[in-house]
Amino acid sequence: MRYIGGVPKKRSPGSSSETAALPAAFAAWFAGRGWAPRPHQLALLAAAQAGRSALLVAPTGAGKTLAGFLPTLVDLAEADGKGGLHTLYISPLKALAVDIARNLDAPVAGIGLEQRIRIETRTGDTPSHKRSRQVARPPHILLTTPEQLALLIAHREAADLFRGLKRVVLDELHALVTSKRGDLLSLALARLHRLAPGLATAGLSATVREPDALRRYLVPQVPEAAMADLITVEGGARADLRMLETGRTLPLAGHTAHTSMPAVYDLIRRHKLVLVFVNTRLQAEYTFQELWNLNDDGLPIALHHGSLDATQRRKVEAAMAAGLLRAVVCTATLDLGIDWGDVDLVINIGAPKGASRIMQRIGRANHRMDEPSKAYLVPANRFEMLECRAALDAVEEAAQDTPDPRLGALDVLAQHVLGMACAGPFSEDDLYDEVRAASPYADLTRDDFLLVLDYVATGGYALRAYERFAKILRGPDGLWRVRDARTAQAYRMNVGTIIESTTVKVRLARRNRAKPGSVLPAGGRVLGEIEEDFAETLTVGDTFLFAGEILRFESLHEDEALVTRGPPGTDPAIPSYGGSKFPLSTFLAARVRALIADPVAWDRLPAQVADYLAQQRRRSVLPGPRDLLVETFPRANRYYLACFPFEGRLAHQTLGMLLTRRLERAGMRPLGFAANDYGLAVFGTRDLSERIAREPAFLDGLFAEDMLGDDLEEWLDESAMMKRTFRQCAVIAGLIERRHPGQRKTGRQVTISTDLIYDVLRKHQPGHLLLRAARQDAATGLLDVARLGVMLARIQGRIIHKALDRVSPLAVNVMLEIGRERVYGEGADEILAEAEAALLGEALA
Amino acid sequence: MTQTRPEAAPLRHRKTIIVAVSLKLEKTPKTPGVTLAGETLVLDLSGALWLPEHRTLVVSDLHLEKGSAYAARSGQFLPPYDTRETLACLHEALARLDPARVVCLGDSFHDAQGPARLDVADRALIATLQEGRDWVWISGNHDRAVQDGIGGRFADTLTVGALTLRHEPADAPETGEVAGHYHPVGKVAMRGRAVRRRCFVLDATRLVMPAFGALTGGLNVRSDRFDTLFPGGFTAHLIGDGRVFAISRTMLTRE
Repeated sequence: MRYIGGVPKKRSPGSSSETAALPAAFAAWFAGRGWAPRPHQLALLAAAQAGRSALLVAPTGAGKTLAGFLPTLVDLAEADGKGGLHTLYISPLKALAVDIARNLDAPVAGIGLEQRIRIETRTGDTPSHKRSRQVARPPHILLTTPEQLALLIAHREAADLFRGLKRVVLDELHALVTSKRGDLLSLALARLHRLAPGLATAGLSATVREPDALRRYLVPQVPEAAMADLITVEGGARADLRMLETGRTLPLAGHTAHTSMPAVYDLIRRHKLVLVFVNTRLQAEYTFQELWNLNDDGLPIALHHGSLDATQRRKVEAAMAAGLLRAVVCTATLDLGIDWGDVDLVINIGAPKGASRIMQRIGRANHRMDEPSKAYLVPANRFEMLECRAALDAVEEAAQDTPDPRLGALDVLAQHVLGMACAGPFSEDDLYDEVRAASPYADLTRDDFLLVLDYVATGGYALRAYERFAKILRGPDGLWRVRDARTAQAYRMNVGTIIESTTVKVRLARRNRAKPGSVLPAGGRVLGEIEEDFAETLTVGDTFLFAGEILRFESLHEDEALVTRGPPGTDPAIPSYGGSKFPLSTFLAARVRALIADPVAWDRLPAQVADYLAQQRRRSVLPGPRDLLVETFPRANRYYLACFPFEGRLAHQTLGMLLTRRLERAGMRPLGFAANDYGLAVFGTRDLSERIAREPAFLDGLFAEDMLGDDLEEWLDESAMMKRTFRQCAVIAGLIERRHPGQRKTGRQVTISTDLIYDVLRKHQPGHLLLRAARQDAATGLLDVARLGVMLARIQGRIIHKALDRVSPLAVNVMLEIGRERVYGEGADEILAEAEAALLGEALA
Repeated sequence: MTQTRPEAAPLRHRKTIIVAVSLKLEKTPKTPGVTLAGETLVLDLSGALWLPEHRTLVVSDLHLEKGSAYAARSGQFLPPYDTRETLACLHEALARLDPARVVCLGDSFHDAQGPARLDVADRALIATLQEGRDWVWISGNHDRAVQDGIGGRFADTLTVGALTLRHEPADAPETGEVAGHYHPVGKVAMRGRAVRRRCFVLDATRLVMPAFGALTGGLNVRSDRFDTLFPGGFTAHLIGDGRVFAISRTMLTRE
């Protein structure tokens, strides 16, 4: 439950003058609960009463939600109970909106407003009759999500519905603005500001690095760079955060934290309810498995991650809230939003990856601002100890590393433009001005806006083939209108920016007794879902970890993967399946580099890490914080080049691809590479040390910044990751229709592969809007090209080369990744050749 | 459409793959000819069938103007370049093999209005390709109504040597049937990777050709339909990046 309240009176410094702004009924309600309103709650009230928008930045447990709603309740208490929609509340999570609505009941009833204020939610689950009624006769407060808001503003009645809107409350704003959902929401806000000129917004956010970006997000950017007021709640109690040290030596690589599990289990035994956070679903599965093996006390420990069946997740949440659990192993699914139960300890297994992320997670423990949250960081290998140390320092200094503000995506804008045409006729000039009022689109050029408009109308093709099928048309009055009801319907089916990866259900199959070794196609229960991409790579008999069990893949039956329980003691054969993997933040990376470069700071590191670094210094060299160390060495008939940019796995994979291309051109015959968050190793059959000795400029040339030019373009355009990115843009922009859950592929596949579309488009119109959108995404997203560019600029003239006769301690970490990670989308012919060889084998047998 | 990138080849390493960059594929002989009803068939990397003894090139399921058909019918604006792309691939094959006869094995247009929607330039390109050759449009289920106005001659079936060319495979085929219609694709899944490619499907009786069109989807050869078409099993010839690979049914997976 989200905690809604003020501060216990006895501890409040609040004076009577602060409560004076509150109507008597409100003051009495606070007093009756032994609370006093907090200063920031009153500050937000004052801002709202002055008609000003405001950003409230506060740590968890500060009573943000009540602060957000208090001005609304006060205003409505004074009104006559009639009137239309007064306040919109937008949350990133459907469940959070529902939870908040429920929790508003207490103050509303306590203050005696239940007869006067109608509060409703609107989510994807809201039945259609209720939706229509909500438009015709809206509640005073509507709690909803960005996608539902997009649908509402595209409604023909939107102008009437929102004309009297007074306030918009945006919860967890820091989480919303970092994605395309944030772009979509910003455009909806711009429209609301236009429909309801008196509108004031309130953003509720955890601590962020750049509050000004959020302040701009909340108000129309007219004049340029206008900002909402800022209300900051300092600190709260300092977190009690430590690194778990077990005294056992940690491995050099790996992410399972196997050696620390007994200590983790011990911590669970000594606490009431522990959240055990991990970074990937695979780690969640492993950790759960390990804890289960240790669980001699039979403690109720549960598992919670995004691939599990929703009903199972709901059960776990309910059990937490009911106090039935002692620990939950979870991924980012529990990062945000609702608090289920009274968590008294947070454990983060593996690398923290970012300072702000770890602070958010720590905040899940003890959701009261005045008491310290308690948390442990559990490194899984020696490198992660460095990262944990850097994170501890960052948390100590309350330093933040939330991402930079986004540049609004063009595919999202295309979706919005069509929505606005559905709402009613618009003029080009008006819509252009309105869109630029949204801060992510403040710098949108008129040319780009017109390109988007052209894309929406006829696909944006140089070959003007679709003029007569245009989706939006400009009439003689100069206004754009949507073509027909069918187009509007298609828009409604396609709204939103979240592209669920297509998944298949994992169902426990029953063995077919009549036919040993086979399974029945129906029967057992559904364990959850796995990505279709992953399911496609499974062959019968493959084993993998899922839902806390080792499962054996039996067959794909329609849209279900049938599995049986793996024989006890088997190792899962398939190393990983998709799911979130956060790259190391630039900020933490810089801190790790600084730690390594500064032996004085090693005192604060566990001895085994200090020893490890000392060995590196003895056997090779320790790079300075801005340097790039490149080591070359032979090993087992191969020659290696290892380097340590600390820029995250994605940037390193991109770098690895580019380096191998260049080495190939330089005749060095590279064979492949491996990358992790800290560095990468390229290997081949030619002696790199010798080449560098002979040709001193070789390394500088290899790492020259211009590799981000043609080499990158060429590789990028053909990469599978780029195609995947393009697919998302194509769906968001409505080029192809969204596949809805439960919608089955027909036997004869009618859906057109976006890969084919991509290939054709790239060849015939490389500057097309959607290709631009995909490249923009690739620059910051999957391939982290932007980060790579900054790194290459940083290291120019700062490459330190060390020719070694064997692998160095630092390099061991990345060498252990070789053969562990797969890089997809390359070398199809090798796979086919192997399958063909099997046929030849048959023929010769 | 596909590009040859022999330098990007994966290397086997324990159970997983890592990217390898310089392993050159073994020098492979020219795609071995296969035979059907005594005729030599060359399965071309473009997805076309080349009958050297008859200097005849067969392409199936071009689905020209599929993009504009979608725009007209459903408001999905797929790139309107599919016709140009398909014709460019066909042009490349014609330039290389210089056939005396070209047979388009049905569903050459995505719908009956396809020819009317053709861009002027594309229409001109078709005329150029047809110049100096016998050009046969076999009718398919999508373009049965197209009977003139686009050059060439029209037929339901065509006999070339011992081969019978038609769009849709017959229920009880004579030996030597060459058909299209099903857009076969084969999928190989191995060691954590899946590769899905267009393919020729062949047994001793018949050949089912892959779709040649740029935006054509596919039907997996492990679906029941192909069991009916090839009761005694088949070999699928998958179109790779650098050559065509002969793969047995047992090595192919379902969707």
